[in-house]
Amino acid sequence: MVPLSYYLVLSGILFACGVIGFLIKRNIITIFMSIELMLNGVNLSFVAFAAHWHALAGQVFVFFVMVVAAAEAAVGLAIIIAVYRTRETLNVDQVNLLKL
Amino acid sequence: MLSVHLILFLAFGAVAVAGAVNLLAQTHPINSALSLIAVMAALAGEYLLLGAEFVAAVQVIVYAGAVMVLFVFVIMLLNAGVEEHTKGSRVALLIGIPGTLIGSILVAWAFLQHSGTEAVAVGVMPGRTSGWGDPAVIGQLLFHEFLLPFEVTSILILIAIMGAVVLASRPPTSPVARSARGVD
Amino acid sequence: MTSSLNLWLIPVLPLAGAAINGFLGKKSSRTAVSTIGLVFPGAAFAWALLVAFRFSSLPQIPYQEYVAHWIRSGSFSADFTLYLDQLSLVMLLVVTGVGFLIHIYSVGYMWDDPSYYRFFSYLNLFMFFMLTLVLANNYLLMFIGWEGVGLASYLLIGFWFTKDSAASAGKKAFIVNRIGDFGFLIGLFLLIQHFTSLDFTKVFDSVAHLPTGVETETLLTTIGILLMVGACGKSAQIPLYVWLPDAMEGPTPVSALIHAATMVTAGVYMVARSHVIFERAPSALMVVAIIGTLTALFAATIGIAQTDIKKVLAYSTISQLGYMFMACGVGAFSAGIFHLMTHAFFKGLLFLAAGSVIHAVGGEQDMRKMGGLRSYIPITAATMGIATLAIAGIWPFAGFWSKDEILWKAYQANWVYWFIGLVTAFITSFYMFRLLFMTFAGDYRGAKVDEHGHGTHVNGDGDHGHGEPHESPMVMLVPLMILAFLSLFGGLVGVHNGFEHFLDPVFGSGEAAQGAGETASRGTEFLLMFVSVGVALLGAWLAYLLYVSKPYLPQKIADALGSFYDAVLNKYYVDELYAKLFVKPLIDGSTSILWQGVDRKVIDDTVNNAADGARHVSDEVRHMQSGNLRSYAGWIAAGSAAVIAYMIWLGVGR
Repeated sequence: MVPLSYYLVLSGILFACGVIGFLIKRNIITIFMSIELMLNGVNLSFVAFAAHWHALAGQVFVFFVMVVAAAEAAVGLAIIIAVYRTRETLNVDQVNLLKL
Repeated sequence: MLSVHLILFLAFGAVAVAGAVNLLAQTHPINSALSLIAVMAALAGEYLLLGAEFVAAVQVIVYAGAVMVLFVFVIMLLNAGVEEHTKGSRVALLIGIPGTLIGSILVAWAFLQHSGTEAVAVGVMPGRTSGWGDPAVIGQLLFHEFLLPFEVTSILILIAIMGAVVLASRPPTSPVARSARGVD
Repeated sequence: MTSSLNLWLIPVLPLAGAAINGFLGKKSSRTAVSTIGLVFPGAAFAWALLVAFRFSSLPQIPYQEYVAHWIRSGSFSADFTLYLDQLSLVMLLVVTGVGFLIHIYSVGYMWDDPSYYRFFSYLNLFMFFMLTLVLANNYLLMFIGWEGVGLASYLLIGFWFTKDSAASAGKKAFIVNRIGDFGFLIGLFLLIQHFTSLDFTKVFDSVAHLPTGVETETLLTTIGILLMVGACGKSAQIPLYVWLPDAMEGPTPVSALIHAATMVTAGVYMVARSHVIFERAPSALMVVAIIGTLTALFAATIGIAQTDIKKVLAYSTISQLGYMFMACGVGAFSAGIFHLMTHAFFKGLLFLAAGSVIHAVGGEQDMRKMGGLRSYIPITAATMGIATLAIAGIWPFAGFWSKDEILWKAYQANWVYWFIGLVTAFITSFYMFRLLFMTFAGDYRGAKVDEHGHGTHVNGDGDHGHGEPHESPMVMLVPLMILAFLSLFGGLVGVHNGFEHFLDPVFGSGEAAQGAGETASRGTEFLLMFVSVGVALLGAWLAYLLYVSKPYLPQKIADALGSFYDAVLNKYYVDELYAKLFVKPLIDGSTSILWQGVDRKVIDDTVNNAADGARHVSDEVRHMQSGNLRSYAGWIAAGSAAVIAYMIWLGVGR
């Protein structure tokens, strides 16, 4: 039998990898993928808790998270395409017009 | 202590972690995408271990099968190449990574401290209670208790579709100036 | 007949008139404004007469009428209650009667003024406050009237506010009054502190029951002197008299009403009303008498050399007010009030007649440019002559009776007062006849009045386009005639001490001066009477000599006196002294300390530095907005780590 904490640790590792990827990657698409990785990590912990506490609502929530992640990915990628068209680059450091 | 569950858990877990690390290590985005798919597949296995077969199926179909495919399409569409090395942000490296690590360690410590070693009820293997993780049961929940979020998410998807279409479409007038490097 | 006199109508009617004229007058016709402006004070006067008729049949005198609830604060309470006794009745009739006559006069005098409605509004407002002052039953309500008449005075002195000197004069009047009011207020505070009430009846009762002793006397002396400070401000005594000559910038009816007949007498009224306090504080009474006597003499000497007709009358007012205070100071309160009444008649008449003269010569106020007007404006001349005889104290005109009463009582107290009063009477007669002769006798020295007058008024006296001085219209002459009648016969109420006996219930028949007993006999009284009439006639003769028969003499005398004459001509440089002693240091201190120091360095700098500081801080902080996505992500990660740490730390305690 696997203790709950193992699942949570795994989830935490995935999440941390996602955050670090977000911070150190320069390609915008890779950054998006790191976000997806974070979401997956969180999904895992949801399902783990659902099983632990016998609350099916956790799995339902995962369902919703996936929907939202999909929608976000769609719109985000559309934005990336739009940005690529004007800026010709996928390097996030060069999209800095918001500089004060 | 060493049971099938644990072995399977560790196997899938190893694959997931390896995929995650590989995602960080690769320079070409397509490799990162493929690593991510591997992570998702491993996670689907984990879900099965936890008795959430519907979620596992949805993970494979929607996440790995649709979202990641979308990512791959875009990578190919934009002809993303190997990442260049540009001067990044010192803040991200100096503050962000240590912050993340510290945060994760704290969270892990908190979890490990309190959750003890009681086992998780796993329902996939033989002997599972009926109706746990069934599509039918989830469907029941979805359309009864969670009806409102369900409807709202459908509107959300609709909006996302429209947004994606609008954002990604070419402007109807002149072709986009490919040499435009900066605005004004 | 109901038992209530509805006294409240008397102040409120003019207030209604003021409101109507004030709000609606701008668009109304002259006739409408005049009607409103006359009907309401007239109604108040009629009601006052009604009250006077019913006075003797009142069940209880003093009569108090509760109008409205006002202050209840702990043990202190003050209400809007009106108080009527013989003293208030006299003041009431004087204020409403003379006031109404002056309103009528103003219709003619101010007819050509563009702000006609504003004048009547302010004048009615003044009546309201003055009547409140006179009818109040407690010091606080009286103080409202006190302040209110100060306000009305400021508004009316600065009526032609586009003229710098008028605006400054209004300011000066208000500020100097304020200084007096400060003393008055401290006196009121002491009253509240020791008697927890400001009602006349309660305070005077408590004062009468205070044990004799040093403590009581010190307290009452202090209160008395503080009240006197207030009276000095309002009634233009030394050292706070400087505003009254400047107040002549206002229109002449204003000078007549406010600065001769009524407002300036408020101080005398207040001192008379507080006689219970003063009678138990002989030192305070002495201060009152000394101030009054000195002021009378001082102002009279200044009046000798003035050339502006209204300034002469202003100094004359100050001098006569000094007489009233001298009377109160020797304990002859009813004599002071008697002189107040007769003074209202003849001084009001003098001012109105002076206004008529000024109107006749097209705005000129300098007496050196007048002369020989007797043939041009005979009625004005006659009335002014009557008034001059009255003020000089010549039998049987009104002034004789009251002034003589004061001198007699002063003699009984201390012959020094009497002597100074006598000298002042001589000087008074002299400068008043000087005024009369310079204005009406001899030949006309002025320029032809052929256009809008070259006088000192901004809004002269209309574009009559006449070639020579002319008589005023009837609407201005009738009040003159009525006041002349009163100046002639108004003093007869004092025969055989009739007036004094009327006021006995208020002041008690045992006045301080009477305490000396009728030691001096009737013979002495008659002797003194002859002496005072004699000096008055002497003064008149001297004036005749200097200004009619030998007009070259004044100049020679002035040259002989040299710098002394200059000092008198320049009012002993008192204004300049005040400016140097008080005004300049105040302005300098205010500029350097308050403005440069506090306002600029402390307040402005604080605000500016706060803003600068905000700007510097934001200058540093803005570097966070680098536009760099990854640094944002870094901050988010760090921040969320901090939040998680905090939450864990919170939860770990369990």
